[in-house]
Amino acid sequence: MITREQFGEAVDSRSREPIFEKMQKVRVGIAGLGGLGSNIAAALVRSGIGALTLADHDTVELSNINRQLYTPADIGMKKTDAVRKILCGISPCCEIDTHFIRVTAENAVSLFGNCDMIIEAFDGAEDKAMFISTIMSEINDVPVISGSGMAGFGKANDIVTRQIGKRLTVCGDGVTDVADGDGLTAARVMICAGHMASRAVEMILKGEV
Amino acid sequence: MIRINGEDTAADGMKLTEWLSSQGLDEKRVAVMINGSIVTKDSYESTVFQDGDEADIIGFVGGG
Repeated sequence: MITREQFGEAVDSRSREPIFEKMQKVRVGIAGLGGLGSNIAAALVRSGIGALTLADHDTVELSNINRQLYTPADIGMKKTDAVRKILCGISPCCEIDTHFIRVTAENAVSLFGNCDMIIEAFDGAEDKAMFISTIMSEINDVPVISGSGMAGFGKANDIVTRQIGKRLTVCGDGVTDVADGDGLTAARVMICAGHMASRAVEMILKGEV
Repeated sequence: MIRINGEDTAADGMKLTEWLSSQGLDEKRVAVMINGSIVTKDSYESTVFQDGDEADIIGFVGGG
């Protein structure tokens, strides 16, 4: 078992400036633990994030394995439990709060109100719009990152990070909808998740959180 | 004149809901910011674009 100190040294090992202690001070909320949320959580934990608040109401299914962090052994588990198991296997120093619940306009603030940054990682377009509208109006100042448009197998470089106003970042190609029928592929979903996690790390290390 | 997603648009006095439907946008699949503030879903009906407004209409698609 590696210690907190060993993990922190490894996170910082090739960086001029310390990364780990800055990351340790931050709590990130992630709404949805599918292809975006599970992969974003793993990326943040690998970079030494101090605390995560994770919410999802689904269990792991076979149809998730094509793009989500889970393995077939996790099928049938609550995603909150499965992701906790995986994340705790990566880092000994991330406090993980999980909520096995459907996130709604009514409970979003009580779930994520104590987070330093909030990431929208739902699958459904209406859930995305509801969550962004709710969080941005009811929680002040905290940066918000959202993902929209990563379905199919189009060009990787169509997926971009866009800053909208002071608080909101939207990552994705903005147009490819899973309803178009071209499916979801791991690489493209992970690119979008990577954009979102990268923006989170950028803001944390630049002291913008 | 108002600016929507960075483009000058002659939508002064137009209701937000009218503009969204004129663009074929489903109001359940967008988030709207006007002059840097989010417009809550229950204010869509009563929101009217005013001269000089800067609006961002963020459309969401499914997948994640």
